Amino acid sequence: MQKLYTNINQIVGDVITVEAENVGNTELAQVITKRGTSLAQVIRLDGKKVFLQVFTGSRGISTGDKVRFLGHPMRITTGTMLLGRIFNGSGMPLDNGPELSENLVDIGGPPVNPVKRIIPNKMIRTGIPMIDIFNSLVESQKLPIFSIAGEPYNELLARIATQAEIDIIILGGMGLKYDDYLFFRDTLEEHGALSHSIVFMHTAADPVVECLLVPDISLAVAENFALEGKRVLVLLTDMSNFCDALKEIAITMQQVPSNRGYPGDLYSQLAARYEKAVDFDTAGSITILAVTTMPGDDVTHPIPDNTGYITEGQFYLKNGVIEPFGSLSRLKQQVNSKTRDDHRTIMDTMIQLFADYRETLEKQAMGFQMSAWDMKLLTYGKLFEDKMMSLKVNIPLEKALDLGWEILHDCFSPEETGIKKSMTDKYWPEKYENKIYSR
Amino acid sequence: MTAPRKGRITKISGNMVTVSFDSPVMQNEVAYILHSSERLKSEIIRVRGNLAEMQVYEATGGLKIGEEVEFTGELLSVELGPGMLGQIFDGLQNPLPEIARQCGFFLKRGVYITALSETQVWDFTPLVKPGDRVRAGDKIGFVVEKIFKHYCMVPFSLRGNFEVVSIENAGKFTIREAVAQIKDSNKKIYPVYLSQNWPVKIPIQAYAERFKPGEPLVTKMRLIDSLFPVARGGTYCIPGPFGAGKTVLQQLTSRHAEVDVVVIAACGERAGEVVETLKIFPTILDPRTNRPLSDRTVIICNTSSMPVAARESSVYTAVTIAEYYRQMGLHVLLLADSTSRWAQAMREMSGRLEEIPGEEAFPAYLESRIASFYERAGVVRLYDGSIGSVTIGGAVSPAGGNFEEPVTQATLKVVGAFHGLSRSRSDARRYPAIDPLISWSKYQSFIDEKQKERGHGILRKGFDVAQMMKVVGEEGTSLSDYVDYLKAEFFDFVYLQQNAFDAVDEATPKERQIYVFDFIYRILESEFNFSDKDMALHYFQQLRQLFKGWNSAPWRSEEFEKTEKEIRVFLLERSKKG
Repeated sequence: MQKLYTNINQIVGDVITVEAENVGNTELAQVITKRGTSLAQVIRLDGKKVFLQVFTGSRGISTGDKVRFLGHPMRITTGTMLLGRIFNGSGMPLDNGPELSENLVDIGGPPVNPVKRIIPNKMIRTGIPMIDIFNSLVESQKLPIFSIAGEPYNELLARIATQAEIDIIILGGMGLKYDDYLFFRDTLEEHGALSHSIVFMHTAADPVVECLLVPDISLAVAENFALEGKRVLVLLTDMSNFCDALKEIAITMQQVPSNRGYPGDLYSQLAARYEKAVDFDTAGSITILAVTTMPGDDVTHPIPDNTGYITEGQFYLKNGVIEPFGSLSRLKQQVNSKTRDDHRTIMDTMIQLFADYRETLEKQAMGFQMSAWDMKLLTYGKLFEDKMMSLKVNIPLEKALDLGWEILHDCFSPEETGIKKSMTDKYWPEKYENKIYSR
Repeated sequence: MTAPRKGRITKISGNMVTVSFDSPVMQNEVAYILHSSERLKSEIIRVRGNLAEMQVYEATGGLKIGEEVEFTGELLSVELGPGMLGQIFDGLQNPLPEIARQCGFFLKRGVYITALSETQVWDFTPLVKPGDRVRAGDKIGFVVEKIFKHYCMVPFSLRGNFEVVSIENAGKFTIREAVAQIKDSNKKIYPVYLSQNWPVKIPIQAYAERFKPGEPLVTKMRLIDSLFPVARGGTYCIPGPFGAGKTVLQQLTSRHAEVDVVVIAACGERAGEVVETLKIFPTILDPRTNRPLSDRTVIICNTSSMPVAARESSVYTAVTIAEYYRQMGLHVLLLADSTSRWAQAMREMSGRLEEIPGEEAFPAYLESRIASFYERAGVVRLYDGSIGSVTIGGAVSPAGGNFEEPVTQATLKVVGAFHGLSRSRSDARRYPAIDPLISWSKYQSFIDEKQKERGHGILRKGFDVAQMMKVVGEEGTSLSDYVDYLKAEFFDFVYLQQNAFDAVDEATPKERQIYVFDFIYRILESEFNFSDKDMALHYFQQLRQLFKGWNSAPWRSEEFEKTEKEIRVFLLERSKKG
């Protein structure tokens, strides 16, 4: 049944063309070369010509090599036996564990029916005040971390992964440096998170086509767990590499580029992945956190731009901290009213005062005289940066809210904060009174 | 019936499939690809020689060369009839709740369900009698759908004059039972049903006359209604970078706009946003009818992860449904979010067709497609004299927030109002983030022209002064310039900005807008006694605070009157005269 075809008549980039019949679109094939067997996927059919994207790249493929079509699309094993394992972009083990071939599901499955989704309503606690208080992460949210190369985005991702209260973590690495891969592996292991994690790792040295598969494989596995009622967190780093891989293949296939060489369907391609984030109405959920490195810190670059239109906000990582002004969680309103009644007050007040602090900084830089109020703001800003913004801070939400009150009280009188009296009566720290009255 | 015409697949590239055929085919004809037990809907978009290129409304995984294709001889159509209000359809008018019942969590490929229930019975009341003369679009009876009389009309596709042969008495009917028979001059008999089909890409034109839009469509957003109004039957667009609040703005409009029916086309956007509308609308009461908002809403939903070709058709499906309700003499608002995704869908197909690309790889026909879409808006007089309208509001998502890009530019050429959202306004948390300095409208506002001009004038002046202050500092600015700046800020804060989380402030009716604008106009015209800038700043800050309270007091309530008096007293303190 599985006939071998030998007439490879074109090799361009990582795409080869072979003449064959009765081949299905997006079907999988094996390319058998002297150097080993590689998987390949059908990406276009034209009469007898079959265009195959070779996962391990076309290097070393000879026109006389054999191609065998497998009659099914790309599949991946799912289920609990994957937990704690590490695979590459084609789903082959990178650890010393066995290859798996049970419970196969197709990757890149159909979209979720919108009427089967529910409005997200569960907060994911991360222990990072800049996220928990100011831009709460919500189950089923899709959120990118925008940053420039050199920022500690992988450290941030690893921290969220190890601290988030979630059932299963799936890490999809795309174009990572090998040391980053080791960093993730070791961090997950150190924190004992590896046992409920699954890693699909494509490093910069691996063939570019495998990079394209990583999000689909990760999300297919995640979807399977979510359908079983599990709450899954999918971490994707770095989606910019995925986009660049898309660009590479599109150009190879002679598609007309639209913007800076990226294919016209970049938006749809990204959306097809990000939209897998879901809260099922009677099952589990998928939350996606993805790193998008912005070339030149330019948010209008096609990758962050298209991403921003798809995702529900973004964390903007700059100078080693989550920048409060560029960052936004569009879903935070769904959850931050039911944590503690001072959550929104602290969020609004502290950010507003921090904005004032930034203005004061500008004034200071321009040589204007500092008023008493300006001095208060400067003290406040410094405290805020050290105790709240620093990524070293690691405290639960309630502690962070208390800390917020403390910072406010160390700098201002209750009236100066503009907070409603009923709120300050309830939460303004005791020791303030002590300082004034019980000398 | 002749055997269906067939073809065979010769090429597959993404969602485009090329088919060879040997009998005649029609441009934009619908065809089905027969893939084992599945039938995948597709549409012919180009014919060359004996090859037809089709866009497939589904994922094409697994399709093979040589598989059979069946042509239907019909254009892509929707079924128009009672039962659409409150429903949620995909871009091909499949009811999504029904698909969920049959297929569960996922949208299974190749599952098509009739748009309207074939078993639901409707209470029919006839309006004509045998012997009456009728023509396409004439009302022959009605059923009650939610809050409206849903008229049963002579099919729009019939040409010429007809005579009613028979009509059913009042009673219960499904959409599959004929309620009347009509005959043409050649005595050919046509049945009339409660529903009819119509090809989505062709405008419905069964009306007597089309007018110039004049009457304002009240959205209850002060910034829009007062300064950049939209007219019933007009068109407007909302371009803006991500995060500027396009979707929130559209959601607020869909809630508060004074129209009869709202059609929402969620085109290539986040599924989460549709879910919000979906779950919340049935719980919010429309203050005008006291019925859930969902009763006057139709949602067409093709979110970003659903097949791209159906995204292209979804805006046409939406506008056709809007036109249908217009034919009943209703005022319909179509909100399309976002037309950029629709344009991108065209770009993807154009790329697959290997057409010569225009700017940013968009096809050369982008502008004419956008123009002909917005041209389907309009206010019309129907044959029976009643007036109906379709107003189209399209969100645009320009790449990088840059309004110079082709979709925004093509849209600006054809719309009557432009509500440009700006990143700087949304960063400053000034909502709605419509930038009053770049937006415009060609329609007439219900605010007095002179007062409106003053409003625009002070905003421009305020901006100029603010720019100047950045260079020369506050101390280098004259007191009168500084007061103008404060007036502009005041106008912006208390009138243009609206708090979407305040039950009263989120929607301001027309009378209140006229009243308050007039009030503010007099403040803008007044001269004040200030000894220095600090005093002026402090004064306007207090005034702002008072107005904020006024804005959240219900119209004509005790609190409203009380705050107004306070403001008047406060104004007398400082103003030079009256």
